[in-house]
Amino acid sequence: MFDAKNDKPLGGVQALKRKLTEIRDRQPDTEPATITEVVRAVLTTISDELTAKESSLLREVEELGRMIASTKSEIAALRVDDITDRDIPFATDELDAIVEHTAHATNAILESCELLDEVAATVSGEAAAKLQAATTKIYEACGFQDITGQRITKVVGTLKTIEAKVAHIVSAFGTAGAGVRAVPVHVASDADLLNGPQLPAHAMDQSDIDRLLADF
Amino acid sequence: MPIDKAMNVLIVDDYKTMLRIIRNLLKQIDFNNVEEAADGTEALQKLRAGNFGLVISDWNMAPMTGLQLLQEVRADNRLKAMPFIMITAESKTENVIAAKAAGVSNYIVKPFNAETLKEKIEKVLAHV
Repeated sequence: MFDAKNDKPLGGVQALKRKLTEIRDRQPDTEPATITEVVRAVLTTISDELTAKESSLLREVEELGRMIASTKSEIAALRVDDITDRDIPFATDELDAIVEHTAHATNAILESCELLDEVAATVSGEAAAKLQAATTKIYEACGFQDITGQRITKVVGTLKTIEAKVAHIVSAFGTAGAGVRAVPVHVASDADLLNGPQLPAHAMDQSDIDRLLADF
Repeated sequence: MPIDKAMNVLIVDDYKTMLRIIRNLLKQIDFNNVEEAADGTEALQKLRAGNFGLVISDWNMAPMTGLQLLQEVRADNRLKAMPFIMITAESKTENVIAAKAAGVSNYIVKPFNAETLKEKIEKVLAHV
């Protein structure tokens, strides 16, 4: 329905009021109760034409519409741009800094350890053996830097996957995430075999591996 | 037959710290001729150009992984008998099976200790 003066669509209630006024102008004797009765009859007719199944489907569609609108609002409230542009890059930078700092500290420890090895070479007997045993243990312990580095790399990969998935969900809803692009995940050729360090509860230890190798 | 500890050993890892640790542990068991490579590609170039008696390699490296390096070594007529020890954090059954199928001489899981490294080297070189 259009406004005759402005040629613009009218709101539903306003249009109905306008129509009722027109009817009353043309038929001044028409009772409001008669109009109400006619409108009710029309609505009943429409309603009667829908089967129970169609009515149920209609209600479900309306409910889905409300849910989608609500989800869109929630996604908008999440400020996805902040997550992908600021939060995740910040987290990955922090993790990279951890790797860098532990590498720096480990190298300082190794340097001191190498100096102790040089000292050990200048002494003999029990003192030399004790010094070497101590430096061996330090070298072994410094392996933590490699393991933690690989674990952190895995976490960074997981964060990037989450970032890509969030962007994908937002883009699927076509709202709130305008400008958010899915980050392509790099897949190495033998990536299915590159799992990195396992948590102790899920890992095979050296004796398990020795047994497995012996089976061949 | 005694092990020739004067042999050239190539250690391959993308973590400099790890290279330094392995080099020092090898030095403690009298392997002093140690060269380093940061990934499989560099390692393969050094192996083809040099004269090495043992390779100790990490698995997870780019662009060429330790497994790909092993496959290249075993496919190379001059290098195919090279003793090759994999030292890696990859500890799943399928990893060990894949490495064994590719011809690995032995497999050490990280974190490892000096005694395990010494034992595996002696075991591998005893079969040469």
